[in-house]
Amino acid sequence: MAANEIEHLIRLMGRLPGLGPRSARRAALSLMKHPDTLLRPLIEALGTCRDAISICSTCGNLDSHDPCSVCADRDRDRDVVCVVQEVEDLWAMDRSGSYRGLFHILGGTLSALDGRHPEHLRITALLERVEKDGIGEVILALGATVDGQTTAHYLGERLRPLACRVTRLAYGLPVGGELNYLDQGTLDAAMKARQLLA
Amino acid sequence: MAAALALAEEVAGSQPRAALSTLELRDFRNYRQLSLAVDDGIVVLTGANGAGKTNLLEAISLLSPGRGLRRAVLAELDRDDAGPFVLRARLSTIDGPLDIATGRDPSHDRRFVRLFDRNLRGQSELGMFFGVSWLVPSMDRILGDAASGRRRLLDRLALAVQPDHATRVAAYERAMRERSAVLRDGAGDPAWLKVLETRMAEPAVAIAAARIEVIGALNARLRNPVLDLPAVELAPSGEVEGWLLEMSALDTEQRLCEALARSRGRDALAGGAQHGVHRSDLDVCEAVRCEPAARLSTGRQKAVLLAMVMAEAELRRERSGMTPILLLDEVAAHLDSARRDALCDALLALDAQVWLTGTDKSLFGALSGRAQFFHVDEGRLSNHE
Repeated sequence: MAANEIEHLIRLMGRLPGLGPRSARRAALSLMKHPDTLLRPLIEALGTCRDAISICSTCGNLDSHDPCSVCADRDRDRDVVCVVQEVEDLWAMDRSGSYRGLFHILGGTLSALDGRHPEHLRITALLERVEKDGIGEVILALGATVDGQTTAHYLGERLRPLACRVTRLAYGLPVGGELNYLDQGTLDAAMKARQLLA
Repeated sequence: MAAALALAEEVAGSQPRAALSTLELRDFRNYRQLSLAVDDGIVVLTGANGAGKTNLLEAISLLSPGRGLRRAVLAELDRDDAGPFVLRARLSTIDGPLDIATGRDPSHDRRFVRLFDRNLRGQSELGMFFGVSWLVPSMDRILGDAASGRRRLLDRLALAVQPDHATRVAAYERAMRERSAVLRDGAGDPAWLKVLETRMAEPAVAIAAARIEVIGALNARLRNPVLDLPAVELAPSGEVEGWLLEMSALDTEQRLCEALARSRGRDALAGGAQHGVHRSDLDVCEAVRCEPAARLSTGRQKAVLLAMVMAEAELRRERSGMTPILLLDEVAAHLDSARRDALCDALLALDAQVWLTGTDKSLFGALSGRAQFFHVDEGRLSNHE
């Protein structure tokens, strides 16, 4: 039977994504067992993040500076903006090293059934940014889900009047993947997006 | 040598059929526990009203994707104050035996499906292995009632030619619900509506194409009717199906998008959508006089539906190489004795595992000695013969 204080901590940690009640209990116990090497540094890191981290007013990224380090990086291609759903998608794209342009975080996807409307996403900020900064290309890097694709097509419609190219990431074979393990939808998409080889 | 040739001819001539070999029920409807073993021919269940005959057919229907022949909510399937229900079955199929288990998973309140003790990701995988078709009394008036029942029947029939049909119907309906929500709560954002209308139109064309194809394939079989019936003719009735018969799929898609865009105002007021495949119908006519089948007597309407279900079974056999299991609930009730005998002969000729129910064994006299008879009484089965 844990003390009320620890139970409170476990319930809070159990709200975090990826942590169920059991893993929250293990994490809380680990913090209690290592007060100097784990608990205190974690408290300090949480406090620092609370005070220092804010949302970038340009792209929606999380950083201790506004504009964020990505937006402020003068070595990036400032003519291209890659639109992603969430901050973790920005990190994934940036980790790949294959893209050196700017980003724009939407904050989710449209879903009329779940009540997520255009005004709940950072769509107006994107349109203003493309127009004001004279962006030449917008790359839509949204999930290949029903909602992700609805949102991509919606953004395509809204960006159409602006003088920029609108592209989206290709669908198809994963690198290192074998054909016979692919689902029908991926194979259909790969067939439609085939490229000229010779 | 001659014997070997005769055997080879016999094997080539016999049609493979999907069939239940064993069925176990636990805490399902009025069955506490039941174990049943049958051969792959016709099975007749007799018993008083409420004995549990239809419940047994419903259990078999749940071995296919969907909500079964009563379209019941999952929790309704548990026996009173008991459950969760579990069904286990062994089937013989063209690809060898299959062990299937399904039931209510209480931790997620959804239906689990296991194949050889391996959890399947979804029920739709079941449809890949064998088919189950049914005719139940609630469908008796389907030819004269609202279009929704006939449309549902048509979409079930279309699975025989297009296994993805149910997925496309679900995608279409979801896009339509989203469009209604945007019209209602989304201030009618035109760009959003345009995307959703395209998302409706793409599957709509595929849905209409599958409906037209299955109707054509069934008509070819219904021209040579069984059961002493006048020939019947099916026809798609709906604007999208009509457009598709006149123009290309791309033009049909475009035309539906335009129609939906024009009806936004009315749809916002009335809800739903004025245009689309959800408004289509299935016309069933007596072929020579073009008289709607809804004007036929109740017994003849039943015979028309039976002919359609049997034509579907033949079509499925042609497409998949395997006859589906047929569940025919109280089908003899409205038929005169001559038609009942014709039905029995037609079912024997169909070469399928057919499950029939009726209150009295004498209704199925023509099957005597050629089918397995069971008496059902308060969730228990006893062998007649």
